[in-house]
Amino acid sequence: MSRAVRALLLAVLLAPLAALAAEEGYRLDHAPIDPKDLVSLQAGARTFVNYCLTCHGAQHMRYNRLVDLGLTESEIRNNLILTGDKIGGTMTVALRPADGKAFFGVAPPDLTLIGRSRGADWLYTYLRTFYRDPKAATGWNNAVFPRVAMPHVLWQLQGERSLEVKEGEHGTPEYEWKQIVPGTQSEVQYDTTVRDLVNFLVYVAEPAATERQRIGIVVLFVLGILFIFAYALKKEYWKDVH
Amino acid sequence: MASRLMALWDWFDARMPSVGEEWRKHAAEYYAPKNFNFWYFFGSLALLVLVIQIVSGIFLTMNYKPDAGLAFGSVEYIMRDVPGGWIIRYIHSTGASAFFIVVYLHMFRGLLYGSYKQPRELVWMFGMLIYLTLMGEAFFGYLLPWGQMSYWGAQVIVNLFGTIPFVGPDLSLWIRGDYVVSDATLNRFFALHVIAMPLVLLGLVTVHLLALHDVGSNNPDGVEIKKHKDPKTGRPLDGIPFHPYYTVKDLVGAVVFLAIFCAVMFFVPAMGGYFLEDNNFIPADPLKTPPHIAPVWYFTPYYSILRAVPPLFNSQFPGVMAMGIAVLIFFALPWLDRCAVKSIRYRGILSKAALAIFVVVFLILGYLGTEPTTVWGQFGFNAFFLDTKDVATWVARLCTLVYFLFFFLMPWYTAKDKTLPVPDRVTS
Amino acid sequence: MSDSTALDPTRRNLLVATSAVGLIAGAGAAVPFVWSMWPSERTKAAGAPVEADIADVSPGELKIVEWRGKPVWILRRTPEMLQGVKADDAIVSDPESNVPQQPDYAKNEYRSIKPEVFVAIGICTHLGCSPKEKPASEKAEMGADWNGGFYCPCHGSKFDLAGRVIKGSPAPKNLEVPPYKFLSDTKLVIGDDKKEA
Repeated sequence: MSRAVRALLLAVLLAPLAALAAEEGYRLDHAPIDPKDLVSLQAGARTFVNYCLTCHGAQHMRYNRLVDLGLTESEIRNNLILTGDKIGGTMTVALRPADGKAFFGVAPPDLTLIGRSRGADWLYTYLRTFYRDPKAATGWNNAVFPRVAMPHVLWQLQGERSLEVKEGEHGTPEYEWKQIVPGTQSEVQYDTTVRDLVNFLVYVAEPAATERQRIGIVVLFVLGILFIFAYALKKEYWKDVH
Repeated sequence: MASRLMALWDWFDARMPSVGEEWRKHAAEYYAPKNFNFWYFFGSLALLVLVIQIVSGIFLTMNYKPDAGLAFGSVEYIMRDVPGGWIIRYIHSTGASAFFIVVYLHMFRGLLYGSYKQPRELVWMFGMLIYLTLMGEAFFGYLLPWGQMSYWGAQVIVNLFGTIPFVGPDLSLWIRGDYVVSDATLNRFFALHVIAMPLVLLGLVTVHLLALHDVGSNNPDGVEIKKHKDPKTGRPLDGIPFHPYYTVKDLVGAVVFLAIFCAVMFFVPAMGGYFLEDNNFIPADPLKTPPHIAPVWYFTPYYSILRAVPPLFNSQFPGVMAMGIAVLIFFALPWLDRCAVKSIRYRGILSKAALAIFVVVFLILGYLGTEPTTVWGQFGFNAFFLDTKDVATWVARLCTLVYFLFFFLMPWYTAKDKTLPVPDRVTS
Repeated sequence: MSDSTALDPTRRNLLVATSAVGLIAGAGAAVPFVWSMWPSERTKAAGAPVEADIADVSPGELKIVEWRGKPVWILRRTPEMLQGVKADDAIVSDPESNVPQQPDYAKNEYRSIKPEVFVAIGICTHLGCSPKEKPASEKAEMGADWNGGFYCPCHGSKFDLAGRVIKGSPAPKNLEVPPYKFLSDTKLVIGDDKKEA
């Protein structure tokens, strides 16, 4: 075949390899969350309420649903409702959107569904890659979300870190992290705190997830039985057809 | 008791057209070819999905609010606060994608066995109208959750109508009811999605089946079973009554389908972002466009074609036209196909190769439509004709060309093809 | 195909078995749809029990709070009012509250937990209007032997100070007493009467 056709064919066949070089942004770590770990979820709920709920809301999440995490209503009321909301109320934010926009430049988004829109891996990496940046308005920047308007709310736990980006081989950036000021938690402890928080956020994004899978098994089982009978019935009738 | 029921039935029967007669005509004595295979499940499955969507849709409408300020929240209300609401929502979202999978496979059967050929051209046309209506139904429905993808997808598609010369901008304004997609648009799309399109669909499905039953079904061998009838009974020798044989067989098909449907619904309802897109979990923001807008997967082949055509004469209208023709050209199939033989089984190598290449090209176009045009990187070299160096765009352009050639060359390669002799009676 | 119209036993058994499993699967599929029509979490939250503070309610005074969209009366009854209730035993249709319009703890002489605090839903049992309070002093309007109570302006039903319907009224039943409990001497919860564990 002609050289032009061969070239085009090669381009089509090898083109997907080009995608490998075109890596976008910081590589995401895998979030080691276990949706069935109630202790982790409870810890995540506590972190969320103490650190996130001041600026971010979770306006579609009802407090009394948190009994899913193995808590009683009075435990929820005493430990997780800091605003005086009723137990049947939703996790609304104290900060008004207009004020949020004035303070940060953009109103902090509602977090009910962030576990589904961004995903666990993104959140897990994002919350662990804040670094000091004197040029940023808040003094903080983020490797996964450059120029983010959010400061490092968990800085007391993780401490302060710096990031240096160097040009590595093949033009891929190399990231060098340095701990400038230690936090109250070690790296492992902080990773666990973030893991629990992300676990909680993923739960909040879809509280029915574990129930969904549980019911699914029963449904498939029933359909399996129905299949056996329906197939036998079909075979029985089609005996007559030749 | 039984005689009382019989008397009641007779009272009814004397005042309404005979139900028994219709049952005989369309089921108990509708003689279908006995050699239906796997590809023949998808018609009844399409009907099943239609029923599933209508029932789940009715219950969603009980709690959904078609207001720009309330819509997104009402979907989360259904997912969290309404008892069992999440099941109903997932049924409807999975059903939407399932509908298109089933319909595409159903249409493919038509391509395989020449089911669109004479005397079934009208069955095919009604089917194509169903396909178009279904695309409209899906488009209107997708705006309703009022997520980022809903909003911006609708914005882009309605703007396509704006490219039509002379009438475009006014047409877009009329469709939207506003200068941008807004609450006015949402409300009317709700009315169209919940009532107008479903009524049209039900009407079209009815005439689709009436037309089919009038001429009789095709089969994998493309043999007309009505040509050989039993002299005593007048029934096709290769036919079997739809009831009980195909009712019982379609029941098996339905159970298998429901098992796959439920596996997806209960374990991977979002299907990696293809059935429920990540960006749609963010409420619509008219001031912030997501970095990457793509239509839902079932529209992406045509979206690819639209993107592949560059602006000509300062207008994107040629691309819109190409996309439109890519869909509408299916209507012409019964007349583009000049082969004397219906089924792929007895056609020659040209037809087989053409269909295989068409499928590959359709799938590539579909995949490319889900990704940004930069997905396969850039060409290293420079050339005067390269208005863009994106590899994916050039692949899409090649595939678009092949796509249209499948249809435009069809009168030639189907006539020229060396076919095999078609048997008199069905095989298998 | 067999020429008899009767089904061969294997075929019939399979039909029955498949239909049975199919019906179970179908019933299972119907469950979420039927279930979805029960009150949602949001509705239940809005209909949650309501706390009422009666520290500021002086004897003889009526306080109205809202619960599940309905007006709930809390009346601090004086000893004279309680005597009036006793005197009305003869003129009410259901003096012993036999018709179940109240929880067990309100099926007594004064239709309340504590005699001096009367709680009732302020909706006439005739056709749903909200009656007006008519103290014993309003004898000019209500008649010489009026001992105090409530009068419904829509169709003229009368109730005594324990919410019992007075004979001759169009209303058939005594006013409904909702579930309630005391958190303290001055705090009530309307809509919840469970003992805290």
